[in-house]
Parts: sequence; C-alpha cells; structure tokens
Amino acid sequence: MKRRIVTIIMVLLSYAVLQVLIATGILNPYWQQIIGFAGIMTISALGLNIIYGYTGQFSLGHAAFYGLGAYTSALITKSFPHLGIFGFILSFFASAIVVSLIAFLIGLPILRLKSDYLGIATLGFGIIVKVVFDNADAVIPKLGGSRGMGGIAHYTNFPWVFFLAAAAVLIVRNFVYSTVGRACISIREDELAAESVGIDTTRYKTLGFVLGCAFAGIAGALYAHLYTFLHPSNFDFLKSIDILLIVVLGGLGSISGTIVAAVGWTFLLEGLRVLLPPAILDWRLVIYPLLLIIVMILRPRGLFGGKEFKFLKG
Amino acid sequence: MTYFLQQLINGLQLGFVYALIALGYTMVYGIVRLINFAHGDVFMVGAYLGFFAIGSFHLPFPLALAFAMAGCAVLGMAIERIAYKPLRSAPKIAALITAIGVSLFLEYFTSLNFVFGPNYQAFPIPFKVTVYQLGGISISTIQILVFATSLILLIILQYIVQKTKIGMAMRAVSHDKETASLMGINVNMVISLTFGIGSAMAGAGGVLYGVAYPQINPFMGIMPGLKSFVAAVLGGIGSIPGAMIGALIMGVVETMSSAFISSTMRDAIAFSILILVLLVKPTGLMGKKGSEKV
Repeated sequence: MKRRIVTIIMVLLSYAVLQVLIATGILNPYWQQIIGFAGIMTISALGLNIIYGYTGQFSLGHAAFYGLGAYTSALITKSFPHLGIFGFILSFFASAIVVSLIAFLIGLPILRLKSDYLGIATLGFGIIVKVVFDNADAVIPKLGGSRGMGGIAHYTNFPWVFFLAAAAVLIVRNFVYSTVGRACISIREDELAAESVGIDTTRYKTLGFVLGCAFAGIAGALYAHLYTFLHPSNFDFLKSIDILLIVVLGGLGSISGTIVAAVGWTFLLEGLRVLLPPAILDWRLVIYPLLLIIVMILRPRGLFGGKEFKFLKG
Repeated sequence: MTYFLQQLINGLQLGFVYALIALGYTMVYGIVRLINFAHGDVFMVGAYLGFFAIGSFHLPFPLALAFAMAGCAVLGMAIERIAYKPLRSAPKIAALITAIGVSLFLEYFTSLNFVFGPNYQAFPIPFKVTVYQLGGISISTIQILVFATSLILLIILQYIVQKTKIGMAMRAVSHDKETASLMGINVNMVISLTFGIGSAMAGAGGVLYGVAYPQINPFMGIMPGLKSFVAAVLGGIGSIPGAMIGALIMGVVETMSSAFISSTMRDAIAFSILILVLLVKPTGLMGKKGSEKV
C-alpha cells in the first residue's frame, strides 16, 4: 500500500516538474514535441512489448496499426471539427475500435504461424497497409494518400501524452501480473506445454495481439494530433523496426526497459542532432546504428533484460 | 499473348536477381538461424563495387563481376566476424537487432559524401547492348546476360553444396551444429564461408541489378533485400531450391501485377500472395515440416 502511494506521488511530481518547465518556457516547443514523441513511442512500444515481449509473437507490422490509429483519429477530427476536444476524445475510441477490429481479423488466421514466418506475414501485412494508405485518397479524398494528410488540429499536448502514457504503463503492468498475462507469458515460454495444461493459446495470443495493436492505435491518434501531418512513408516497415528496436533494446518482457528505451531512443536521436557539430551532422545516422550494435553485443538481453523497477513489480 | 510473354521474361530477369540475393538469406538462415537484415546492403555494396570496377577501373564485365563478388565476400565475412559471432550464444533476437544495426550502418555510412554519396548514380554498361526481336518479343543482351550469369552461378553453387566436401560440411552444420563440430568440422570456418559465398552471390546480384536497372544509390538494397527475403521464406527458408523458386515467383508476380493490374499496388499484391501461401503452407513451399518435439 505504501509503495503504491509513493508511486502515485512520484508520478504526479514528475508531471508537475515537467509541466512547470514547459509553462515557464524553459523547454521550448521543439523539446516539447520531442517529449511528446517520446511518450507516444512509449505507448506504442509497450503495445509491441505485450505482443512480442510477453506473448512471444514476433510482429513486424506494428507501424501499420500505429498508422491506422493515426489516420482514423485524424479523419474523425477533420470530419467533425465543430466537436473540438470532444472530437479528439471520440477519435481515441474510434481508433481503438478500428485498430482492434483489424488486428483481430488479421490476427486470427496469422497467429497460427510460427515465429519467423509470423514475422514475415506481419511484415507483409504492414506493407499492404502502407500501400493502402498511399492509395487511400481514391476512396476517401480527405485521407490524402501519397500527398499526405495535413491540417490536423494540434490537440496533443504534454498532459495528454503524459497521462495516457502513465495509463498505458498501469494497464500493461496490471495485465502482466494478471491471469491473462500469465497465460500469455506461458505461451511465450513454451506454447506446447501451455496448450497441454489447458490454456487456450489461440484465445490468448489473439487477445495479446489485439491489445498490443490497440496501444499502437492510441499512440497513432496522439501522433496525428501532435505532428499534424501524416504521410504513408511514416508508417512503413522501417518504422515497425524502430519500435521493435526499442522493445528489444529495453529488454523483452520488461516494462521499465521499454519506457527507458523509448524515451532514451527518442532523446538519443535528437540529442545527437544537438550534440554533433554541423560539420559531421551526417554522421548522426552512422553513430546511431553503431551504438545499437555495441549495446546489443554488450547486453544481448537488452538494457533491463527481464528485470523491473521496484514500483512496477507485482 | 506476346505482351504476357514479354512481361514473363522481364519478371524472370527480376526473379533471377532476387534469387541470387535470396540464396544468401536462406544459406545464412539455414546455418545460424539468423535473418541477416544486412544482406540487402551487401547487395548494394556489390552494385557500387561493380560501378567503380567498370566506371573507374574500366574492367570488362567478367572481371568487374569477380571484383564485386570478392569484395562482397570479404564484407560479408567481416560483418559475421565482428557483429554476429559474439552473439552466437545470445537470444536470436539480439543478433537480429544487430543485423538491423549493421544494415542501417551500411546504408548511412555509404551515403556520406566521402564514401558513395547519397545521390543516384548511373551505372555504366561495359558492352554494346543489342535488342533481339523474336516474334514480337524483345530480348536484350542485358536480359540474356542476367539469365546466363545467374544460371551459371546457381549451378556452381548447387555443385558446391551437393558435390563437394565443403558443401557437405555446410549441410551438416545447418543440420546440427554441435554434432558437426563433434565430427571434426571446423564450424567457425564453415559459417564464415557460408557468409562469404552468400555475400558473393548478393554482390553478383548487385552488379546484374545495376546493369539491368542502371540507377544505384545507397538505399537501393532495402526493397530488393526485403523482397528476396520474403522470396526465401516463400520457398521455405533454409532450402536452396526453395529460395530459387520463391524468388522467381516473387519476380514474376511483381512484374505481372505491375503490368496487368496496377503499378502502385504491385507490392501489396505480391505480399498478399505471400500471406496466402503461408496460411496454406506455413513453412513455405519447399520448407521442411519440422515436427515439434516436446
């Protein structure tokens, strides 16, 4: 009980500190956007952590669901601008529902594939979705297709990102230490054994997959209203790989790891932009993969490999 | 009808290039169970090596091909030694992420200005190109070259894998690494060699791609690498004939979709077919049906 109170106080405290920094202008809009982006990546990566870290399903199409969430929510707010902030809230529900539905429909046939083949199938699905985004304006002109979709209202701000990210962490943590979570972990560890103990692997695999994708959808909705411009190239498989990178880097099956990795990764990429002298700025994208390789060789299980912060343990 | 046959030939041209790349993926996967994401970028380096060999050193085509293949073999073996070997006993995903890191590194390093530069370069063609007309279908010397070179390389590879001692060693290691080492096979050397051969094939693919679609740039390896990987999985990852068949299918399907349906939807169609095949044959067309032991 005490631990929980301390956790809540710490969370509110960190929110207050950052909010003050923003309000007083110490953190300028550029860094505000970076912080927003870090929070969004956290939510998205937590989703993939549920799918891959905890249920062991190798999904390489996460960015597709992220994009589906983004486009759905943007479509809602652009179609009903008079609803204002309520449109924004409505769009979250719409994104979650649409993404969950699609994840369910694609997951049901695909999740029976074994790891590497599942990766390929999800990769293929991701590419199909991206092509759909490119050609979407033929069906719904507002979506912009390969011209991109702009003029989205900038509803996302720091409080939204922070509290949704905190909620995401709470949900994942509770999921992991619940019966459902344990079932999913057992599937990751040994699917055959889980099946033989009576766990309905299809049900839990699908559940984990849909939940994880819903997270991606919500993250996408936040992203659409932060960046205010969507283009299909933001949701290709390279983006899926970015999210996968964060999850593995943080340590599969570790919530703390995912949070640290998501925030760290976002700030690393931006930090390099700030740190490097202009002459060698191009080296930013050379240093980043080198750091990645070094970290993986030194800590193959990820930064937090299976361990958690105390306040997240069950 | 002639249009169909024409597109079939174009598709096969693409398919053979994919086959050369797909072989590298499937051989490496068969032997270390790693999806070598950097393979597409080795293909890219091969194209650039060919570009320099022909453009700067003015080598004739066969020598340029050999130069590119040798360079890529060295690159592949170096990558294996530096990035993958330390992770042999680590969880597979760690090696996968490292492979992604190597891929990104190769792409962005080569796009730095003092290396290859980020712009598209035109690939020089070191021989005269004639287009032959056969009853309404045109075949150019380039296409004949792609078919001939790929077939020769594929036959040589098949010979090495099936008829030589080193090939037997490769097959043994991909079957069971521990037992192979107990039988006296130098597993490290075999793995390095596999990477070397696979990368050499990718390098050849790069040169042929450069000749056939003469624009190269540091990011050219991403899509062909991805499609070849999908082709390898389609044919059953770990199976060499499977990779060949999968690649030819991918090349033909992609070209046909582009020609008959829609150029923008071609990737979606190709990958949809992939998903459908996987749902029917979960281990790929020629994949081994591994039984799960409890």
